[in-house]
Amino acid sequence: MAQVALADSGQPLSHPRSFFTKYIWSQDHKVIAIQYGLTAISVGIVALVLSGMMRLQLGFPDTFSFIDPSEYLQFVTMHGMIMVIYLLTALFLGGFGNYLIPLMVGARDMVFPYLNMLSYWIYLLSVIILMTSFFVADGSTGAGWTLYPPQAISYGTPGSDFGIVLMLISLAVFIVAFTMGGLNYVTTVLQARTHGMTMMRLPLTVWGILTATVLGLLAFPALLVSAIMMTFDRLLGTSFFMPAMMSMGEQTDHDGGSPVLFQHLFWFFGHPEVYIVALPAFGIVSDLLSVHARKNIFGYRMMVWAIIGIGGLSFIVWAHHMYVSGMNPYFGFFFATTTLIIAVPTAIKVYNWVLTLWRGNIHFTVPMLFAIGFIFTFTHGGLTGIFLGNVVVDLPLSDTYFVVAHFHMVMGVSPILVVFGAIYHWFPKITGRMFNDTLGKLHFWGTFLGTYSIYLPMHYLGFLGVPRRYFAYEGIDFIPESALQLNSGITVAALFVAAVQLIFLVNMIWSVFKGKKADPNPWNATTLEWLTPQTPPEHGNWGPELPRVYRWAYAYSVPGAEKDFITQIEPPREDDTLGHPENERAT
Amino acid sequence: MLLAVVLVVLVVGSIAFHFLSPWWFTPIASHWQTIDDTINITFWVTGAVFIAVNLFMAYAIIKYRHRPEENRRAHYEPENSKLELWLTVVTAIGVAAILAPGLYVWAQFVEPPEDAWELEVVGEQWRWSYRLPGKDGVLGTSSVSLININNHFGVDPDDENGQDDVLVTSNILHIPIGKPVRFWLRSKDVLHDFAVAEFRVKMDLVPGLVSYLWFTPTLTGTFDVLCEELCGVGHFVMRGKVVVDEEADFQIWLDDQITFRESQAIGSGDIAVGESLYPVCAACHGPSGEGNVALNSPKISGQHHWYLEQQIRNFKHGIRGSHKDDTYGQQMAPMAGLLADDTAIRDISAYISSLPKIAADDELIADVAHGKKLYVTCATCHGKMGEGKYAMNAPQLSGQESWYMIRQLQNFKAGVRGRHALDLFGPQMFSMARYLRDDDDIKDVVAYINTLPLEKSSAIHNSVAGGR
Repeated sequence: MAQVALADSGQPLSHPRSFFTKYIWSQDHKVIAIQYGLTAISVGIVALVLSGMMRLQLGFPDTFSFIDPSEYLQFVTMHGMIMVIYLLTALFLGGFGNYLIPLMVGARDMVFPYLNMLSYWIYLLSVIILMTSFFVADGSTGAGWTLYPPQAISYGTPGSDFGIVLMLISLAVFIVAFTMGGLNYVTTVLQARTHGMTMMRLPLTVWGILTATVLGLLAFPALLVSAIMMTFDRLLGTSFFMPAMMSMGEQTDHDGGSPVLFQHLFWFFGHPEVYIVALPAFGIVSDLLSVHARKNIFGYRMMVWAIIGIGGLSFIVWAHHMYVSGMNPYFGFFFATTTLIIAVPTAIKVYNWVLTLWRGNIHFTVPMLFAIGFIFTFTHGGLTGIFLGNVVVDLPLSDTYFVVAHFHMVMGVSPILVVFGAIYHWFPKITGRMFNDTLGKLHFWGTFLGTYSIYLPMHYLGFLGVPRRYFAYEGIDFIPESALQLNSGITVAALFVAAVQLIFLVNMIWSVFKGKKADPNPWNATTLEWLTPQTPPEHGNWGPELPRVYRWAYAYSVPGAEKDFITQIEPPREDDTLGHPENERAT
Repeated sequence: MLLAVVLVVLVVGSIAFHFLSPWWFTPIASHWQTIDDTINITFWVTGAVFIAVNLFMAYAIIKYRHRPEENRRAHYEPENSKLELWLTVVTAIGVAAILAPGLYVWAQFVEPPEDAWELEVVGEQWRWSYRLPGKDGVLGTSSVSLININNHFGVDPDDENGQDDVLVTSNILHIPIGKPVRFWLRSKDVLHDFAVAEFRVKMDLVPGLVSYLWFTPTLTGTFDVLCEELCGVGHFVMRGKVVVDEEADFQIWLDDQITFRESQAIGSGDIAVGESLYPVCAACHGPSGEGNVALNSPKISGQHHWYLEQQIRNFKHGIRGSHKDDTYGQQMAPMAGLLADDTAIRDISAYISSLPKIAADDELIADVAHGKKLYVTCATCHGKMGEGKYAMNAPQLSGQESWYMIRQLQNFKAGVRGRHALDLFGPQMFSMARYLRDDDDIKDVVAYINTLPLEKSSAIHNSVAGGR
């Protein structure tokens, strides 16, 4: 098999010899994954603090002198961009993708380890460039994370001098880093699977990450070109996105560009981006549910095709972000239809997760709590997406807090719950120690209930018509005093959720050093990453021989089997006709 | 077990919140009841799914939780094609039930009725203005390149259709009830979004193209216009009003507005005439407009004439200086009333504007560095040098005395100034002044403004001075 040749090509891995090559300039996918993960979480904490500042202003206007209208917009923008790109994308693909792909497919490392290392360092560079923008004159850009021109590069928007340029350069650098990593992930999944690991035996985690990476490789170029063109518009005075227009009452030299063109390019990237974050979460949560319910994922093949279907459809729905953008309104018919079609495979995934719990043997471990919490929040966020996707319903709701609530439920809270579930789930393998269960459960309850009390009421501000990205709301007749009080309540909930994350940090740091030693396979899971000779796995993962795979990843509670799980490497017995014929068959 | 209970509580709580919360759509004021109906259909379908999925999940969690004492295993069933197909079909039907009415209503939105009358909304940082067709019912052609201080909308002066166009440079638009109206939307600078919650529809204004929306107003009253596409620092103060009138009231309002032709006929202020009117002002504001703190009279020399005109008009019409706590403004109001008409106001403004600028002679002890940081947002409208900007309706600040600026900032903050319903730009300053959280902030920013050099006006401001 071709893929095995690459998985174990006999080329000696360059084993690290010093501290630096082992932990800093490492080519080991696991170390790179941890580097990606820690960087992403650090920058995510910055973004969390920014959201706290925003909430302070909204909840208690006229109170805090460290936030003015310019800074408010800068916080909004940086919070959004950091969370979407530099935290979620980097963490799911650079973090979990890096750690899990080689282990789950039975490879010794990524196919191109040097490129993999380079990918991280370039990602770090993009983060540093972005952070620099906080400190330049006039500060970071306040154009909103969508960076719509002309205002992103026009006077009157905070950071339109330097902040926006640094943002665009940082994005371009990030995309370079992502492309290096992404090519690696795809090649590794396609070419470096071990003996017997067919595509239809891959855990859904790998399917989710693989599909998300393909989406990223196809979608990020659209962002790259728009970033480059906008940089030209800003620095060289070109007019890709700039029409004949005024600025602060004076004629500009721009002519002939199209602001709507930017929006098409941005969302051609931006919508798949939603699924770049969501699909890995879908995959991971499927595996968490299956392991902790001791039951195979329900409808595995359907789940795979749903991931692929959603990934494909995600490229033809982008203009549903633009129903009120002034584009030709006849587009609305097409994009509303494709958008609502995507609800079908997405709904099927939800059904299958719930049906995985049905007749299961559900263990309420910390990862399982987060997984079930995800089903709840994702169902909620997915359903509100049907409102916004249905073009005419979008008219009153667009640009209000309904949108903010919707996308935070569906691509903020939901993926983050999966991130936490996944960290708890794989923590024993990554560190060789167990986390503190009580703190983990506290963290879950605080996060789950706290976030819901932020975002459920926020939808109703949107129904009322409260616009987003407003620094203050005084003097608007239809916004009653009670709505401002609600905003204070939401702020309190948001600060509570932020504080709860300290429990997580304390638990992680304490457990890395002091946690109980973990079993190699504490959850009795079937997949390869739990079957490494060492925990944590050493460089090269597998010892002298690659594992040989005989069955699918979901052989839980197979009738007649000795235990309630059969690992993927367990050879079939003489009479092994049990279970799913398609997936159980031995090679 | 706890988890299942919580899920049930969350579902029940969400439903209760939905029915009990006071925050819901504003009473509809347009004919788009069909949009609300579509939302209600969506609510019923998605609500049913939300309840069904989560209650089923809660039930599964209770029933199939792991009990250590039992030696039970999960059921092994990799697939169930029939069930999966059935669920797919039911979901598709639910989706179609939501989509079909949505597209049906959208088709009505994209095709305004033939007999709809039209008007134009123009957005710019950070104000609204409107252009209505004149008697001929046709809007003249316009272009961004034709915009200047005398031609706010960039109407083509050579286009016969544009001559009788009605220009509304105020934020407040009146429309008659019961007639379908198509709004053409145009932006001068960046993206904006014309949104009135009560009408349900909204659309972006995009420089370089003309977008539209339409509705038939069904309720008289005054409704807030909000900009709902981020357009810079002043986004949140880009407000306006739409007043839905009975036809007769609308006509009265319409007759009060000026046409493009009339706007072109307005000459610029006559400095000599202005000078002859000035002595009465000089009593308080000084012979060279230098102001007098003892009389609470601010420095006015060299201020932009368009700002002076606007403020004098506001005083004259009780828009400024009528608040019960505005003691000093109340002194000015009757004085402004002495000026007979708009021509006199233009003349005297032109004269005052021509008086030489003088630097402020007081020095305020405050944290200038902090003031500089605070001023970043101010600079957007008032200019980095405090020179003021016509397009932003922002007066010159450099050279102004500290005591006056402090008092005005306090007045704005307290709503003593800028809160009158007809004050077009005061409300923006009211909102902005509030981020100066206390008197120290105010002093700091004023102290920084004090350090700004009295710069000569930039080219545009010179050409503007005495232009109209």
